[in-house]
Amino acid sequence: MADDVEQGFRAEVAEWLKANFPASLAYKNPQPYHNDGALADADADFQLWLRRIADKGWGAVTWAPEYGGAGLTRAHEAVINQEMARIGAFNPNRSYGMMMLGPTLLEYADDEQKLRFLPGIAKGTVRWCQGFSEPGAGSDLASLQTKCIDQGDHWLVNGQKIWTSGANHAHWCFCLVRTDTSRKQAGISFLLIDMSSPGVEARPITLISGTTHFAEVFLTDVQVPKENIVGGVNQGWAVAKRLLQFERDSLAGNRAEAPSLAPLAKRYIGEDADGRIADPDLRRRLILNSMRSRAYSQTFQRAAREAKAGTGTSPALSAVKNLGSDVSQERGELIVEILGNRGLGWEGGGFEPDELEATRAWLHSKAYSIYGGSFEIQNNITAKRVLNLPDYQ
Amino acid sequence: MAVLNEEQRMLRDGAEAWALDRAPVTALRRLRELDGQTGFDPDLYAEMAEMGWTGILVPEEFGGSDFGHLSLGLIVERLGRTLLPSPLIDSAVAAVGALRLAGNAAQQERFLPALASGELVAVLALDEDRRHPQRQVALAAERDGDGWRLSGVKRPVPFGMAAGLFIVPARTTDGVALFLVDGDAAGLDRRALREVLPRGAAILSFDNVAVGPDALLSPPGEGQGVLDRVLDRACICQAAEMLGAAVQAFETTLDYLKTRKQFGRIIGQFQALQHRAANLYAELELTRSAVEAALAALDEDGDDIPVLASLAKALAGDTLRRMATEMIQLHGGIGMTDEHDAGFYLKRARVADMSFGNAAFHRERYARLCGY
Ligand SMILES: Cc1cc2nc3c(=O)[nH]c(=O)nc-3n(C[C@H](O)[C@H](O)[C@H](O)COP(=O)(O)OP(=O)(O)OC[C@H]3O[C@@H](n4cnc5c(N)ncnc54)[C@H](O)[C@@H]3O)c2cc1C
Repeated sequence: MADDVEQGFRAEVAEWLKANFPASLAYKNPQPYHNDGALADADADFQLWLRRIADKGWGAVTWAPEYGGAGLTRAHEAVINQEMARIGAFNPNRSYGMMMLGPTLLEYADDEQKLRFLPGIAKGTVRWCQGFSEPGAGSDLASLQTKCIDQGDHWLVNGQKIWTSGANHAHWCFCLVRTDTSRKQAGISFLLIDMSSPGVEARPITLISGTTHFAEVFLTDVQVPKENIVGGVNQGWAVAKRLLQFERDSLAGNRAEAPSLAPLAKRYIGEDADGRIADPDLRRRLILNSMRSRAYSQTFQRAAREAKAGTGTSPALSAVKNLGSDVSQERGELIVEILGNRGLGWEGGGFEPDELEATRAWLHSKAYSIYGGSFEIQNNITAKRVLNLPDYQ
Repeated sequence: MAVLNEEQRMLRDGAEAWALDRAPVTALRRLRELDGQTGFDPDLYAEMAEMGWTGILVPEEFGGSDFGHLSLGLIVERLGRTLLPSPLIDSAVAAVGALRLAGNAAQQERFLPALASGELVAVLALDEDRRHPQRQVALAAERDGDGWRLSGVKRPVPFGMAAGLFIVPARTTDGVALFLVDGDAAGLDRRALREVLPRGAAILSFDNVAVGPDALLSPPGEGQGVLDRVLDRACICQAAEMLGAAVQAFETTLDYLKTRKQFGRIIGQFQALQHRAANLYAELELTRSAVEAALAALDEDGDDIPVLASLAKALAGDTLRRMATEMIQLHGGIGMTDEHDAGFYLKRARVADMSFGNAAFHRERYARLCGY
């Protein structure tokens, strides 16, 4: 693919990165530096990097310049990504807006909405959160109840959203609301809500990992302009399904092959006379996880190759997501087991920063099989769509 | 499924058509009833040879096509679906591989054309009893003039009753050497073993078998290195065959889930069974990725072949065993009957796992190679 890019582009990219990527960020795990989080806000170099990328249009490489992108091809994007990876740089504009809303708007929004909302996403200046789940509507998302009533010159919204990631840092929320109570899927609309509107209140929820990654969002008599509906009144379910596809794509792609845990295990546990990890039972489970992790990334590469060649027989994404969450959750368990008593720390002295971080990561990893469609829901999808088994209901 | 070139697509389609016509599971049943000792159907093997499959890894100058391992992998995967017993992997992969890697010009000229044409079946005489050897070879070779004398036992040797040539790893005072031993060499006794599935397995007893200097394939000290590389190739192709068996076991089971009715509905409507099917599907995809990556690495002569070989063989072993077990369980009583094919998949799972090192062996090898 990268062969299609004109000669010299790669060198240009490399040169620009060299001049503009702040050295302090090299090989920093981009995950905590997600542009929806507090860490990103606090880091001046991160903010600088984001501004530079945005000015270059590389926050959304393939989007048209009027939408804040650089108007380049996927091949160019691939070259940029490769060059970034080479020096430990990363795209600072990873956000819910980029991963989910942006691509959806490109397909479903009208021209005015695109011009209004896409540049903020591409530049990383406007942060979005996803207001889909409700206390009574999780896996069965279409049973959502947040009411949205037509008041002539505006919508009036009342209801409650929950598990809204990044809500306390977000400027805007893409929401699913009910505009018709007589029909389930066909009564849902896709609505964009300004988080600073009167009547919007986000209350942080503390996760088992101690972070306040997400919030409950209460919507009380919130007035929303009529033009903020995407895809038409009562047409929101199709928009939401497309958006969830983008979400699944990005989640499944999130976890490429992770580095070997053997050095860590040998450092913490020691080696036997034969040079093996000294705890045979743990060693065996580490080996299994490593093998599955490698086969998982092989699956990923294969899916990409096959998608490119259009053979149409790629492994189903729903199954790939489950393999991925399985492999990385097990890895989280193994790391904490390797750390032993050092894996029990919560904060403060007596523990290395890496140890504390590993413990939090282990706790957080339990979410992998819940969000973006739970493990069980993915299996329902595989059974129905891939294996063509009849509906279980 | 791997991205294929034109040649590979034709091979795959040819194998598909032939297997549907000539190699259903009934071919395996027939062999079992015949109770012969060859373990395969020589007529079918001749047909396979005629289509060029036995020469896929043989250079063109020796009558082969040199199409590569991915091509061969496609064929054995297809044949694996219906469990066709044939010495294709033993002879056209392992023996051919050994001769290509270690054979001198005379040895290659003498044996490769006959292997490519299918006239000759050659197999490794590898295992010595209960387990795949972990670098301990008991069968001994002693110098005798400019030749050698071999003494010891190899068992089980698949297709050992029918093979015309054996490749025999033997211990010498200077390390492992590989020998080429004629099937009718004086002092070599073969006895047929009856195993759970026909594969013509034999006990080979070497009683001071005398061989000339031209029988030395790999000199003392070099044999193990060659053998490891040969086994990588055999393992990877074996894993491809096991993948095929697992795919078929899965598809047969899935069909049953869509037809069998209990409690007034199709059993495939029960979510407990749907999720089992979905999990098995994911395992199949994982295994396919490992197998195809390993086959591709062989053709690209990658430097991580040993790791990828052990990964593929171990995953294929676990996946096929699990799949065959689930095949029986999800079929209920009918799955336990000899009349149903499910039992054959379970038996093949066990036999194939034991071939060229089982899943546990390869997990440990992978672990060593990766520093665990
Ligand atoms: C870290 C994290 C971040 C999140 N971020 C967001 C966000 O930004 N925006 C947002 O809108 N939501 C977000 N979510 C919510 C997430 O999408 C929901 O948690 C998820 O859809 C599951 O819904 P639920 O929690 O109500 O569980 P339930 O749907 O009540 O599920 C409970 C259990 O029942 C199982 N189950 C449910 N239905 C079936 C079925 N048909 N068959 C078999 N088993 C079933 C589930 O798999 C689960 O094990 C986030 C969740 C987490 C954990």
